[in-house]
Amino acid sequence: MSADAVSLGRVTQRRVNRSEWTKLRSVRSTRWTLLVALFLILGIGILACVIFESRWTHLSPHDRLRFHPLRESLAGVNFAQLAFGVLGVLTITAEYSTGMIRSSLSAVPRRLPVLWGKAIVFGVCAFAISLPAVFAVFFIGQAILTGHHLNIALSHPGVLRSLFGAALFLTVMGLFGLGLGAIVRNTAGGIALLVGIMFMLPPILDLLPSSVSDSISPYLPSNAGGAVWTINPDPNTLHPWVGLALFAGYAALSLAIAAVLLLRRDT
Amino acid sequence: MGCCVIEVSGVTKRYGKKTAVEDLSFEVRPGVVTGFLGPNGSGKSTTMRLILGLDAPNSGHTRVNGRPYREHAAPLHEVGALLEARSVHTGRSALNHLLALAQTHGIPRKRVAELIEMVGLKEVAGKRAGDFSLGMGQRLGIASALLGDPRTVMLDEPVNGLDPEGIQWVRRLLKNLASEGRTVFVSSHLMSEMALTAEHLIVIGRGKLIADTSVADFLQRASKQAVRVRSPQAERLAELIAGPDVGVNAVAPSVLEVTGLDSEQVGTTAAEHGIVLYELSPQTASLEEAFMELTRDSVEFHGEAAQAEPSQAVAS
Repeated sequence: MSADAVSLGRVTQRRVNRSEWTKLRSVRSTRWTLLVALFLILGIGILACVIFESRWTHLSPHDRLRFHPLRESLAGVNFAQLAFGVLGVLTITAEYSTGMIRSSLSAVPRRLPVLWGKAIVFGVCAFAISLPAVFAVFFIGQAILTGHHLNIALSHPGVLRSLFGAALFLTVMGLFGLGLGAIVRNTAGGIALLVGIMFMLPPILDLLPSSVSDSISPYLPSNAGGAVWTINPDPNTLHPWVGLALFAGYAALSLAIAAVLLLRRDT
Repeated sequence: MGCCVIEVSGVTKRYGKKTAVEDLSFEVRPGVVTGFLGPNGSGKSTTMRLILGLDAPNSGHTRVNGRPYREHAAPLHEVGALLEARSVHTGRSALNHLLALAQTHGIPRKRVAELIEMVGLKEVAGKRAGDFSLGMGQRLGIASALLGDPRTVMLDEPVNGLDPEGIQWVRRLLKNLASEGRTVFVSSHLMSEMALTAEHLIVIGRGKLIADTSVADFLQRASKQAVRVRSPQAERLAELIAGPDVGVNAVAPSVLEVTGLDSEQVGTTAAEHGIVLYELSPQTASLEEAFMELTRDSVEFHGEAAQAEPSQAVAS
């Protein structure tokens, strides 16, 4: 090899990103998980709108009061978050379970570019899929709800913020999963940790006296992340963008811990 | 640039309480095939992981081309490695696996296609690597080792799981790589395999260096000659041939194994005393026996069966 060719062959973050893109798109679990996520966002959102539209005349005043056209059309986001989180976990833990990590870290022995590459590629990919999906389900849902004039316009205050917020929430959820997965290096453990933090912590907190739980609750990852795509925040939630920033902070912290561990641990 | 392509100096590595490698030092020089020999569990794979920086030593250091592997800007051009076990995502195709590795260094797709062709995986390049046989997996690993056209090739048990045709292919490949001036560092637990391919040997047992020598020297030093004698008067013969440099071992009733004398000398002595011989045969210790002799004290687990069985140990 000439010196020229050797200098061309340096490892750069951009090249590692390309490599990570190839890795992400070339396994079935990515396609399946994203397909499930899309199905959940669209399917459940549409279903919720159809049910409210068709049952509207039979609904009690209480149910009518609780109804919000945006919330119903985004009902699937609650479920899709798990798919994004699991895919985030899998993106890194599958490398450990199969031994691929040894190949990856031999090619990139400085290691950190691999983690950053995964975060960048996964983040872009997750946002590129979730954003069109939430916009699509919003428009489809509102179209369904026009029958009883229950629909809401995109220009309605908070709607655009909620839609972008939902896509960002799903993206950060996946990155949080990636960070947790990189810390525990085990698929089952990573998913359990993510589910524990996102779905188990809130009910556990509810066991405490409300004077205590109310002051902690808004800062939980799940509630902080939820604030950004909730149309009518109740008084006990953070400002939408503050909530998203905090949720992103949790994800960043998990990735930072993962980065330190990645540099220190044997493979 | 240092004199040595691979440099391991004073390396100790412990996993919990178990010491995998202890104060190991050796150097691998360019231009020849260097065999890395040791029984299973003797620390060969650990040493290779340490060289690649996958694991960090408790003390000592490893260098490749003068600096730690981790500090190279284009590591795949320095060392191409086939690692133990599978180091491949089972759900990804061989093509995409190699492509993902190549892209980290900007190695063109054309090179990936060339290598797939070269290792004979063209027909199955689009199939999931998880469905590969052990031999196909080894071929894929060898392809990934050669991706960066590296100056040094480090292969952990490359013939494991290959069929005879594949074994031949690996031997030719190793020799070709060395003849191109590359450094080839290849581990095996089979002495016979090393005798065929390597010029230099680094032998370890229980994580410690046993020998760092040329293959020719090693064979001369390690192999022993013996004569097998079967006679109804074995005991009397044993008395007659006894001497200071002669070893007589009664391996079975009426069977002796004699060292220090050749078969002519034993036969002549028997004839002079009218002793009937049923069998008189020179024995050359096989390479495997020589190797086992040398590493006997360092083998992790002794088994009764290991004495009787051929020395072809089961791959870890």
